[in-house]
Amino acid sequence: PAFGLFIFTIARDPLRIIILIAGAFFWLVSLLLSSLIWFIAVKASDPQNEQLQKGLLIFGVMFSVLLQEAFRFLYYKLLRKAIEGLVALSEDGCSPISIQQMAYVAGVGFGLMSGAFSMINLLADALGPGTVGIHGDSQLYFLTSAFMTMVLIFLHTFWGILFFHGCEHRRWWEIAAVVVMHLTVSGLSFCNPLYVGSLVPSYLLMAAVAAWAYLLSGGSAQNLRRFLLCKC
Amino acid sequence: MITFMNNSDSEEEPCNERTSLMSAESPPVPSYQDGLQASEAGEAQAHRKRRAGSSRSPNNIAGGEMSGSGVPVRESVLENEEEELTLKYGAKHVIMLFVPVTLCMIVVVATIKSVRFYTEKNGQLIYTPFSEDTPSVGQRLLNSVLNTIVMISVIIVMTVFLVLLYKYRCYKFIHGWLILSSLMLLFLFTYIYLGEVLKTYNVAMDYPTLFIVIWNFGAVGMICIHWKGPLQLQQAYLIMISALMALVFIKYLPEWSAWVILGAISIYDLMAVLCPKGPLRMLVETAQERNEPIFPALIYSSAMMWTVGMAKPDTAARGPSQQTWDAAEDGREHLRSPSHAESQMSETRSPVPTTRPVTALEELEEEERGVKLGLGDFIFYSVLVGKAAATASGDWNTTLACFVAILIGLCLTLLLLAVFKKALPALPISITFGLIFYFSTDNLVRPFMDTLASHQLYI
Repeated sequence: PAFGLFIFTIARDPLRIIILIAGAFFWLVSLLLSSLIWFIAVKASDPQNEQLQKGLLIFGVMFSVLLQEAFRFLYYKLLRKAIEGLVALSEDGCSPISIQQMAYVAGVGFGLMSGAFSMINLLADALGPGTVGIHGDSQLYFLTSAFMTMVLIFLHTFWGILFFHGCEHRRWWEIAAVVVMHLTVSGLSFCNPLYVGSLVPSYLLMAAVAAWAYLLSGGSAQNLRRFLLCKC
Repeated sequence: MITFMNNSDSEEEPCNERTSLMSAESPPVPSYQDGLQASEAGEAQAHRKRRAGSSRSPNNIAGGEMSGSGVPVRESVLENEEEELTLKYGAKHVIMLFVPVTLCMIVVVATIKSVRFYTEKNGQLIYTPFSEDTPSVGQRLLNSVLNTIVMISVIIVMTVFLVLLYKYRCYKFIHGWLILSSLMLLFLFTYIYLGEVLKTYNVAMDYPTLFIVIWNFGAVGMICIHWKGPLQLQQAYLIMISALMALVFIKYLPEWSAWVILGAISIYDLMAVLCPKGPLRMLVETAQERNEPIFPALIYSSAMMWTVGMAKPDTAARGPSQQTWDAAEDGREHLRSPSHAESQMSETRSPVPTTRPVTALEELEEEERGVKLGLGDFIFYSVLVGKAAATASGDWNTTLACFVAILIGLCLTLLLLAVFKKALPALPISITFGLIFYFSTDNLVRPFMDTLASHQLYI
């Protein structure tokens, strides 16, 4: 689905593609830094202690979430500057792309990159022979991974919209809400392999955030009804 | 490698198609020269091989191509418009370069992943004489550095040779050289590649069919690259030969040498393009002075407008890139010389003529000047990504990270091109990003992601 989003909404406009790739790049850099921290922490600690490793892992995950949000903020700042540049360059004085579109594309960029990194090795292994969950792990590993990745990609998209909106209108609570939600979702994934604990709340959260982002972008129940009934 | 338009810095081509981004402006047709003073200036900039030219002067140049009478008037008008258009269409040109670079990388990665041949070590090129099978780390490092020095000096010699040839107008020689190397590239490498792919998928093909297929492929390729042909086909061929060349490099360069060579090449690219006495810069400037397009076979152009007047200079331009690599090398391993020739070829320009914006006179739809990127740049980007795919244990994550890093580097380079309006080296920024991301992803991110995945945690 995320790839479909890409094709239908982003691939037409070259500017959006650039913003997308830059968004992915920012996510990547944040991942790099967070894994650097984690790596240092692991090396500095005792490799035999299971509990400690698990604790470090959790710490790493939380830290990574915070870093991702920090980079989202940095990206927002960069895009603001870019919009000013674009406005100055364009002939009729208005930017060819609005900040909301940028927010959307940035969110998709983040989401795609994080989804790709989560899934792609899994997919590559899935092509080969093997049995899922042979050592007593869940048999639904691939399925749940796929769903979790998808929900995370969508969430990143919506968080992007919310985040930028919050920054634009200086509503700090929106930004804080995004950060808290991200932490929550990552935290929920700790419940794995108890999938009901992680997947279901994540999807509920996603639905809520989707509605919120939709309202923020100017949609309304009326628009939705008209769209669904194809009234145009 | 310089990305730039029109100028033929093909010297670097043999091995490294320096990716210079050049403004895609092709030199204006001589008949329009008079009226096109402004455009010439713009073109000169565009021609710098190394620079990636955003479609900057397209207007000027295009104007030049157009009917002569209205040209001078249009020139000035066009110039102003050009400025705006340049930046406005900047995004479009970036995408026009993204697509071929992405395609090339995809081809290389797909081949590396599926065909075993390219990851087996079957000896080394003559250009990297020191082996890396040494017992100690220090020795290995020393050998790779020595290999790099040998390779870079070969490239420098070839580049200087090509520039000298170009300066003294030995066009025929350059031509012949380029033709020979592209010949070898198209036929020999394709034959080997096809053979390996067929072996991998266990598909049988008889010799007559093989002969016909390769003959057609090669002949059409030669025509497309060196003469006229549909733009898409030409671009496709250039992408394919870049991919083939990159595959050869990946196979025959030893591990550590490859990385050191990549780093050294970007430094060399930087110097060769920006220093006043750098060979590539001289090449671009000479080509711009003479208002000739740079050899088409060495440069990839994202847009092209064939005009009658352009055909000749184009063919002349194509020659040199191939010349850099000597056919004399043939005596040695077959694969060696072709690969080098290839690189040289790749360096050369892609079709020089970039589309020129149609002037108002014609009231045609506007064509933007494309951006030109040296084929060497394609090759080295693909080498980086291919090596990441081949040797990284984190597999796809590392490959993906390098891919994004290279694209971002290309973006930044094009941005700088829009700002500076000169031929710029396209290699340094992208390769630096790529190298940083490769090493850090392989060593830092991979254990992190693996641990996360095994616990099925999500960040």
